[in-house]
Amino acid sequence: MTEVTLVQAVSMALARAMEEDENVVLLGEDVGVNGGVFRATKGLQKKFGSERVIDTPLAEAAIAGVAVGMAAQGLRPVAEFQFMGFSYPGLDQIICHASRLRNRTRGRLSCPIVYRAPYGGGIHGPEHHSESTEALYAHIPGLRVVIPSSPVRAYGLLLAAIRDPDPVIFLEPKRIYRAVKQDVEDDGEALPLDLCFTLRDGDDVTLVTWGAAVKETLAAAETLDSRYDIDAAVIDVATLTPLDMDTILASVEKTGRCVIVHEAPSTGGFGAEIAARLAERGLLSLLSPIERVTGYDVVPPGARTEHRYLINEDRIIAAARRAVFFPEAPTEQDHTMEDA
Amino acid sequence: MARKPKAPAKSKAAAKAPANSGSRLNDDIGEDKRLKMFQLQLEVRHLETRAHDLFLQNLVKGTSHLAVGQEAIASGFATAMRSDDYTFCTYRGHAHTMVRGASMTAVLGELMGRECGLLNGKGGSMHLTSVEHGAMGSYAIIGAHLPIAAGAAWKSQYLGTGQVSVCFFGDGTTNIGAFHEAINMAAVWKLPVVFVCENNLYMEYTPIGDVTAVEHPAADRASAYGLPSIIVDGNDADAVYRVARDAIEMAREGGGPSLIEAKTYRHFGHSRADPAKYRPEGELEEWMKKDPIPMYRQRLLDFGIGENVVSSIEEMVMKAVDDATEAAKASPEPGSEYLFKDVWADGGASWRN
Ligand SMILES: Cc1ncc(C[n+]2csc(CCOP(=O)(O)OP(=O)(O)O)c2C)c(N)n1
Ligand SMILES: [Mg+2]
Repeated sequence: MTEVTLVQAVSMALARAMEEDENVVLLGEDVGVNGGVFRATKGLQKKFGSERVIDTPLAEAAIAGVAVGMAAQGLRPVAEFQFMGFSYPGLDQIICHASRLRNRTRGRLSCPIVYRAPYGGGIHGPEHHSESTEALYAHIPGLRVVIPSSPVRAYGLLLAAIRDPDPVIFLEPKRIYRAVKQDVEDDGEALPLDLCFTLRDGDDVTLVTWGAAVKETLAAAETLDSRYDIDAAVIDVATLTPLDMDTILASVEKTGRCVIVHEAPSTGGFGAEIAARLAERGLLSLLSPIERVTGYDVVPPGARTEHRYLINEDRIIAAARRAVFFPEAPTEQDHTMEDA
Repeated sequence: MARKPKAPAKSKAAAKAPANSGSRLNDDIGEDKRLKMFQLQLEVRHLETRAHDLFLQNLVKGTSHLAVGQEAIASGFATAMRSDDYTFCTYRGHAHTMVRGASMTAVLGELMGRECGLLNGKGGSMHLTSVEHGAMGSYAIIGAHLPIAAGAAWKSQYLGTGQVSVCFFGDGTTNIGAFHEAINMAAVWKLPVVFVCENNLYMEYTPIGDVTAVEHPAADRASAYGLPSIIVDGNDADAVYRVARDAIEMAREGGGPSLIEAKTYRHFGHSRADPAKYRPEGELEEWMKKDPIPMYRQRLLDFGIGENVVSSIEEMVMKAVDDATEAAKASPEPGSEYLFKDVWADGGASWRN
């Protein structure tokens, strides 16, 4: 066992996958000699050679498309976009070809590609450097969208993504790239895709989240318990598409209340999809309206205003308490953290 | 379309001019423009160096990309541009925005995320924009602004305004599709746009030669669009000014676009986070010998401009940078209302949130 950060767990999984399968190749801007912007591919070119860890020109459309060609011919490319906001020149290839080749050729060609990109805010990066547009990709049939939120899940889910026969958009929450260390066993064990992870059991309210927001959501659950005696379950969705609704429904059947937390803007965010499915399949279990704690419908702001944009523990706690107290409003005297 | 690369030939001739300082000063550039270019280069150098210091004091958040070492390009072009011409540049755009006339306080304030910033701290280092000065934006998506500059040039052509768009980008950018798409369109439509590749030898960390099929990433591609291959010493403001003047003049007269490759070097790493360890030993030192500013200072002296004139410009610029630093530091941080402003044309986002 080694204690590693999330980004180190990504490197570990890449190295393991490359050792196991010589069809796994990495490509992207500066990924080789320099190990990538966030050092996720550090040392891999030395270890596996420049034929398998490829420094590309600055050309996302071609990176995305070359990966399609490689994958359709049996390789397992892992392509890196330096930031999620730079994946858009590649969207055409991803949407029109990577996600559809299987369908179009009646299964004769497929695209076992992993497109990796750091995503989300919290590093004082402007706009494209803080983007959280996972819902764009989640909208595309044929793609999987996978988001790890801990070193253990980064390792296990990335291995699963690489071995998966379909294209995966693997979004790494850069805000927590180095936030915590965990023991990760480099045993080549993948974690299941298409399954939510229940991080905390609870009877009063279900908090559903993914990515870096898992950090604040877990902290909120602790505070809800210690300060307000509210027992919150926390579910890390991890694989957005295809979505494991059963795990979420089972918890909401128990708690009757659901708060969905995500960093992306609310309109058309993936939280809306989860809320819709809860309404379709779990309406009679609900004791209160579904709450969403999300980013605002604005462009990710500059460094100085970022803290006002990013979701925080307080907002999650307030939403959970609204749900629990419904139809009453939470009482004034135990309303805010400052009061406590 | 068949036109010759005039500028490099001219700058060679200038270098061979007789050592008569007076006649050299009264050449096609002249004293006023030279003093202006000297001052612009100094302003950029000192403001960016100050920005770097402020980073270290944690007064500038996020990352930023300095053009220290590349000042001659911005200064030479700005001096050749008309005040209503357009500049389009990248995240490495402090220089290009300042040389068009944006105030130091507004630039530094923007880097520091203050209310007094060009965009009230909302855009930050990578998005400096000063529409009133013709600085139409810094674009952080590689290649994005080449088609945008062509679009602006199309407007100028359509309305016959005589305005020229000048679009700056790096060597790495020549490998993205938008570069090729935009230049082809501009050539087909004979648009009044000048594309300027600042070849500083590296994309982010990777040497440009490792990922590019040709030696000169921009110049060697020019013929594919029927344009002449133009390479200029990007560390020599006079040489830059001359190619800029010719290309802009041609564009203004309806002669169509140009693609210019200016060879240069950035003294710092790609961004704040980059210690630039990938550079071969001695490379920086070699380029420091070609630092555009001491070189230009010496030229002014050789041309007979007094030491007192030169040093008074230096003092003035330093004082201006100091004043701007104090003014920006004193400016408040923007309030949360900016977060919800200017998302839609009605000015707000609050009705959706
Ligand atoms: C579409 C896109 N892909 C990747 C990036 C990340 N990135 C920022 S700068 C840069 C290198 C640009 O090199 P060059 O064009 O030579 O400009 P320079 O930074 O040297 O001025 C890269 C890859 C980006 N901003 N946009
Ligand atoms: Mg470059």
